[in-house]
Amino acid sequence: MTTLFTILFDGVAYGMLLFVLACGLAVTLGLMNFVNLAHGAFAMTGGYVCAVLVNNSGWPFFAALPLAFVVSAVIGVALERTLYRHLYTRSHLDQVLFTIGLTFMSVAAVDYIMGSSRIFIKLPAALEGQFDFFGVGIGRYRLMIIVICGLLTVGLQLILAKTRFGSRLRAAVDDPRAASGLGINVPQVFAFTFAFGCGLAGLGGALSAEILGLDPYFPLKFMIYFLIVVTVGGSSSITGPFLASLLLGIGDVAGKYYVPKMGPFVIYTIMIVILIWRPNGLFGRTAAR
Amino acid sequence: MSIRRQLLLAAGAVAGVLAVIPAKAQDAVKIGLILPMTGGQASTGKQIDNAVKLYMQQKGDTVAGRKIEVILKDDGAVPDNTKRLAQELIVNDKVSFIAGFGVTPAALAAAPLATQAKVPEIVMAAGTSIITERSPYIVRTSFTLAQSSTIIGDWAAKNGIKKVATLTSDYAPGNDALNFFKQNFTAGGGEIVEEVKVPLQNPDFAPFLQRMKDAKPDAVFVFVPAGQGGNFMKQYAERGLDKAGIKVIGPGDVMDDDLLNGMGDAALGTVTAHLYSAAHPSAMNKDFVAAYKKAYNQRPGFMAVGGYDGIHLIYEALKKTGGKTDGDGLIEAMKGMKWESPRGPISIDPETRDIVQNIYIRKVEKVDGELYNVEFATFEAVKDSGKTKK
Repeated sequence: MTTLFTILFDGVAYGMLLFVLACGLAVTLGLMNFVNLAHGAFAMTGGYVCAVLVNNSGWPFFAALPLAFVVSAVIGVALERTLYRHLYTRSHLDQVLFTIGLTFMSVAAVDYIMGSSRIFIKLPAALEGQFDFFGVGIGRYRLMIIVICGLLTVGLQLILAKTRFGSRLRAAVDDPRAASGLGINVPQVFAFTFAFGCGLAGLGGALSAEILGLDPYFPLKFMIYFLIVVTVGGSSSITGPFLASLLLGIGDVAGKYYVPKMGPFVIYTIMIVILIWRPNGLFGRTAAR
Repeated sequence: MSIRRQLLLAAGAVAGVLAVIPAKAQDAVKIGLILPMTGGQASTGKQIDNAVKLYMQQKGDTVAGRKIEVILKDDGAVPDNTKRLAQELIVNDKVSFIAGFGVTPAALAAAPLATQAKVPEIVMAAGTSIITERSPYIVRTSFTLAQSSTIIGDWAAKNGIKKVATLTSDYAPGNDALNFFKQNFTAGGGEIVEEVKVPLQNPDFAPFLQRMKDAKPDAVFVFVPAGQGGNFMKQYAERGLDKAGIKVIGPGDVMDDDLLNGMGDAALGTVTAHLYSAAHPSAMNKDFVAAYKKAYNQRPGFMAVGGYDGIHLIYEALKKTGGKTDGDGLIEAMKGMKWESPRGPISIDPETRDIVQNIYIRKVEKVDGELYNVEFATFEAVKDSGKTKK
C-alpha cells in the first residue's frame, strides 16, 4: 500500500515537472496560435545557466533558479522581437520549419560551448535523499518540485483569470483586431507572454536536470513529451495541460513500475486513447478559431 | 598583362607540382579515424581522438620510414554515415587502416567494406562480441562486454551476493551484459530476483529503482550507456537504496573515469569489473594519466586507452611489415601481438583477433579528494567468452 503512495508521489512530481516545462508551449500554441518547437531549447538554456552558476560560480541553488528563469525569458523576448514576430502571420508549416531549425542550432551551439556530456547541478545537501512519512518514501527533491510547481500553477491561474493583464491577454487572443481597437497593445502583450513562457521553460529545465538529465540533446529528446502534454490537455487554458501533465506523469511512472516491459508505451497509449475520445484534448475548444 | 598572368599561373602550377612530388615520394601511410565527435556518444570520440594525438606526439609520426597521417571523420554514431565515410576514406583517400568506431552498429556497418577492400579495421571502442566475427580484417583493442560481465558474475557469486536484481538498457550491449552476467552468476549459485530492461532513451529511473528496492536484493547489477550512469547513481541514492544495504555491481562502463567525479559520493562503494581504471597502479599508467591530464585537462577513461592501444597496434604492425601496407600482411602481423598497455599486459588473440586482457575488480573510493575506481582483484588474461561456439 505504501508503495502505491510512493509511486503516486513520484508520478505527481514527474507530472508537475512536465507541466512547468510544457506550459509555456501551451501558452504560445494555445493562446498565441504559434507552433514553437524550439520550446525545449529555452528549457535547456535555463538548465545550463543554473548549472554554470551553481557549479562554476558557486551560487546557491535557490538563487540560481530565478536567474534561470530570467535569462531564458530575456533570450525569449530578444528572439521574439527579432525573429518570431515575423512568423506570427505565416502558416504553421513555416513556423514548424523555422523553430525546428532554431532547435538544431541551439543543440549544436550548446554542444560546441559546453561539450556533449551530461552535466549535473550540485544540490544542497538538504535536498538529497528521501524521508519516511508514515511509511511512504518521499524524495526531498521531488517534494520541492511539487511545492514550487504547485505554487506556480496557482499563481498562473490567478494571473490569467483575475488580473487586468490576464484579461488583456485573453482579449488579445480571442480577437486581436478588436483588442487593439480597444487600445490594448497586442504585440506587447504577446511579447510579454512569450517571454514568460520561455522563462517558465528555463525554470523547468533547471529543475529537471536532476531527474531527466541535462545534455545538448534535451530539446529534441523531450519535444515529444511537451507536445503530448499540450495535445492531450488541449491548449485553450492552463488547467487542461496541468491535468494532462499529472495524468501522464502518474501514468508513466505507474506503468513503468507495474509493467516494466510495457512501461515506455503507457504514456503513448494514454495519449491515443484520450485523443480518440476527445480529439481536441481534455479541455479543447471545439470551435475552430 | 595577360602574358604576365599566364606566366604567374604557370609558375604557380610548377610550384604546386613540386610541392606535391616530395609528399608523394615520402608516401604517407593514411589512417581513417571514424569517430562520433558530435551527438550523444561524442565523449567516446573525443577521448579516442585525444589519445591517438597524444600517442603520436609521444612517439613521433614516422614509422618504418613512412609518415603517418590520420584523417579524422565524424559519423555521429550513425551507422549510415560510418559506412559512407569508410567508403570515401578507402576509395578516395586510399587509407591503409580504418579505425575508431564508437558504437557496435557503426563497427558492423564498416565490416563488409573492410573485407572487400582488405583494409584492416581497428575497433577502438565498440564492445559487442560478434564484431570481430563479421570480417577477417577486424581487430579490436577495446574490450567486449562479455569479458567484464562474466567476471563480475563469477565474483558476485563467490563473494556473498546471493540475490541480484538487474537493470540494463534495452539494446545490444545491454543485453550482452545481462546475459553473460546471468549465465555466470546463476552457474555460481546466485539468483536473479528481478529483471528490468529500461528503454535506451530513459528520462527517469525512479519507477524502475522503486521496483529494485521492493525486490530487496543483495545487489543491483547495472548496465546503462556511459552518460546515464550519473543519473542512475544519483537517483539510486535519492531513493535510499544505498541505505537499504543494496550494493551496485556491474561492468565498469557505468563508472567511467571521466564521469565518476560528477556522480558525487553516491558512487562510493560501487563494485565493478573492468579493463581499465585511471588509478591502475603501474608506472606506465601513471605517466599516461599525467600526460593525458596535462594535454587535455581531464582524466583518461577506458575509451582513451582503447584508442591509445589501437594506434600502438597500428605502429607496431607497420614496424613488423617494414612499412608495407597490404591488408593480409598487416593482419598477420597483428595476430598474437603482446604489449604492455596503460591498462596492464594485453595481447591480440591470434584466432579471433579480439583483445585478451586482465579484468580488474574495483571499488569506488576517495583518493586525494577525488573518486577513483581502486582495483583490488585481478583476473588475468581474460578472453572474450562471447564468441559463437564453433
